[in-house]
Amino acid sequence: MTERACDRCVTRTWLVGRLAAHLEHARGRLEQVLGLDEDELIESTGGQARLCLRRELAAIDVSEVRARSLAAGLETICRCDPDYPPALRALATPPAVLHVAGGLRRLLELGGRDPVSIVGSRRGSDYGLGVARSLGHGLAVAGVPVISGMALGIDSAAHAGALEAAGPTVAVLPGSADRPYPAAKRALYRRIVAGGAAVSELAPGTSVWRWMFLARNRIIAALAAMTVVVEAGERSGAMVTARLAREIGRPVGAVPGRVTTPQAAGVNGLLAAGACVVRGPQDVLDHVFGAGVRLAGPGERRQPPAELRALLQAITAGHETAAALARAGFTPDQSLAALAALELGGFVRRGAGGRFSVVP
Amino acid sequence: MLARIATFAIDGIDPCRVSVEVDIRPGLPTFTIVGLGDAAVRESRDRVRSAILNSEFEFPQARITANLAPAFLRKVGPGFDAALALAVLAASGQVPPHALHSYAVFGELSLGGELRDSPGALAVAEGARRAGLRRLIVPGERAREAALVEGLEVAGVSTLRAAVDVLSGLRLPSLPDEPEAPLMVVSEPDLADIRGHAAPLLALEIAAAGSHNLLLEGAPGTGKTMLARRIPSILPAMNRDEAIEVTRIHSVAGLHAAGLIHARPFRAPHHTISAAGLVGGGAPPRPGEATLAHHGVLFLDELAEFHRSSLDSLRQPLEDGRVTIVRAQRALVFPTRFMLVAATNPCPCGFAGVGDRCRCGEPDLRRHQRRLSGPLLDRMDLVINVERPTEAELRAAPVTSSNEARARVAGARERQRRRLAGCAASCNGEMDARTVRRHVRLEEAAEHVLAQAYVVGALSARGRHRIVRVAQTIADLESHSRITQADVLTALSLRQRSAAETSLAA
Repeated sequence: MTERACDRCVTRTWLVGRLAAHLEHARGRLEQVLGLDEDELIESTGGQARLCLRRELAAIDVSEVRARSLAAGLETICRCDPDYPPALRALATPPAVLHVAGGLRRLLELGGRDPVSIVGSRRGSDYGLGVARSLGHGLAVAGVPVISGMALGIDSAAHAGALEAAGPTVAVLPGSADRPYPAAKRALYRRIVAGGAAVSELAPGTSVWRWMFLARNRIIAALAAMTVVVEAGERSGAMVTARLAREIGRPVGAVPGRVTTPQAAGVNGLLAAGACVVRGPQDVLDHVFGAGVRLAGPGERRQPPAELRALLQAITAGHETAAALARAGFTPDQSLAALAALELGGFVRRGAGGRFSVVP
Repeated sequence: MLARIATFAIDGIDPCRVSVEVDIRPGLPTFTIVGLGDAAVRESRDRVRSAILNSEFEFPQARITANLAPAFLRKVGPGFDAALALAVLAASGQVPPHALHSYAVFGELSLGGELRDSPGALAVAEGARRAGLRRLIVPGERAREAALVEGLEVAGVSTLRAAVDVLSGLRLPSLPDEPEAPLMVVSEPDLADIRGHAAPLLALEIAAAGSHNLLLEGAPGTGKTMLARRIPSILPAMNRDEAIEVTRIHSVAGLHAAGLIHARPFRAPHHTISAAGLVGGGAPPRPGEATLAHHGVLFLDELAEFHRSSLDSLRQPLEDGRVTIVRAQRALVFPTRFMLVAATNPCPCGFAGVGDRCRCGEPDLRRHQRRLSGPLLDRMDLVINVERPTEAELRAAPVTSSNEARARVAGARERQRRRLAGCAASCNGEMDARTVRRHVRLEEAAEHVLAQAYVVGALSARGRHRIVRVAQTIADLESHSRITQADVLTALSLRQRSAAETSLAA
């Protein structure tokens, strides 16, 4: 366990956590507020609590705060450390301390491998979820770490895609890094930490407030060499991430969506404003490493046994449900068994409404 | 003078012998009924008095005490009227008292002296036979129902006067008409009405063949309810014992017209039903929909709309095939061996999987999944998606008909009956883990697939057991002596996916 945060940064992180409720009111001008020093932060809260806070701040026992991080199994590094990820220094307000689950050294190493962040709506469509998954998968196969926020929907699909290819992936969490947020993502969190890392700028035990999502978006944008938005409405966290990435001069990509769905209005807007069009992992790789330098997943796809190939082809061609397959000439008494065999072999996945999709 | 006659109270759905004793003593004219009767029993004094007078008998002007024994049992309803009236007549010497010994009587009286229809005649008849009584007097409408019990002389009478005639031996008990030959219910919906839906029809057939619980998932208007309503038409006919049990339950519940019920019950309660309505309850406890669906189908349409408490109350009945209702120091057991069929939309908007129409996000899908009551979903053996048939399918010939499907189901049931002879289970859906180990044989390739599915985490231990039962039914339908690999794979593709395997995996 390495503990590489200086006293001042630890104290500051403690203060930010202590002022979480106050910062909620300052959500509109979060970037300025996060840039204030400790004294100004306390001053900005106003009222009689300031005295109290000053006293608490003076009395803070840094070693106790450190011990809490250690007890939670987190490693830390602060912005005063020379090994602090250089990518984060591009931010106007780099996080004072990074709390890392899954290994600090691993995080620093992954940060040097031009990671790509994939973000998007919590309410992703089947299409969006599928694209996010295959992007995560393709990038992982090409050796690129995938960064996202482990939120429901697109974020989780991107993580899951990378994990399917056994690639490392980093989750930047809004609250503390020692436990999954949202809690429903317990299993995903465990898998991410096993081969990658979960990061947060807040100390363990801090409860989650809305401003923390905005704050973590800037870490996602800054850690990555490129940010890809898969599906996002006009006003969404993913769009904030895209704006922050652009502000610090990182390329932004977007996956085209249907022009008629509000879920895709944000990404289509990004494209109209000149974002890089992302049709698949290759587009991302070309943009990050230069055209043709790295290739997305070489053509060595696993093939199912010969007797299942016709069915897999039919599913690829759009006959995605048992009924559609029946119309394409596969009677249920044969196709049901074959579908189960494909599913077990990991070639297809059954989604909502009994629709099968081909696993990339 | 003292007179005594037997009648029966219905306790749950079981008959309970009640002895009606009437004692007449000189004194001021009063009529007292003791023995823990409810308001209807107290009111029966006035009905009995008027009925006796209007039947041109004499109502004794003396001190009359009637007792309903055993005194600890709470007696409910007007079914004791006829017994009280006959006992009064016997005690006052208008009917020879010794004539009452071999008889049980049951029925409500009108003021004019007519015997009115009352529910539960079959249960009473079974009670009479069990109590060793040879003759039973019931209201005329119920005679045929009561006569289903063998070894009992049943007299169906329509008035108190006729009942007295029977007792005095003036007129021999008029035997009820021969029960009608089992007539197939013609109006029953048939699978031949269905166009397309090849995969759901296969699932329906498997479910019926093994009595497996079935969940139909699909967008609104695709035909889930239409499919479910046709399940009884492919279930094998009930044997006589089952038919009598079903008739007794329905008779007690007052739902039944006359004669023996031949068609398997199909119960489709509305989703606002309470837990007590579903599994039984109330005071006195009455059988719920789960018991009314005994030996038949319980269909829960719009599963997600049911109250969570109602659905959870189904767990014990599903597991044990009976439900125990405990009320005020008494426990009643109702049989609940039904096949559960449920229908639900795949997501809150209903259109998941239909083109790009679905607008539900991951949080909505999770909430929907939670609404469906995990423990109940866990007991669904088969899950099938129902999709809108295409125009071409609507114009094509039906895939199968109920007659064809019923023949295949009957064949599969026959194989099960032979294999499971001597077991508690009568079909694959009822097999427990030990029965599965003893009677189910898999081919090597089938074992391999099953092991693979278990290892990759597609199955829980309970899920694995369920797959084997369903695969056995598929093998029975295909006349395989051992379960083949294809049987297991088909069962796997019809299984309930855990949240971890669907798009919620991440």
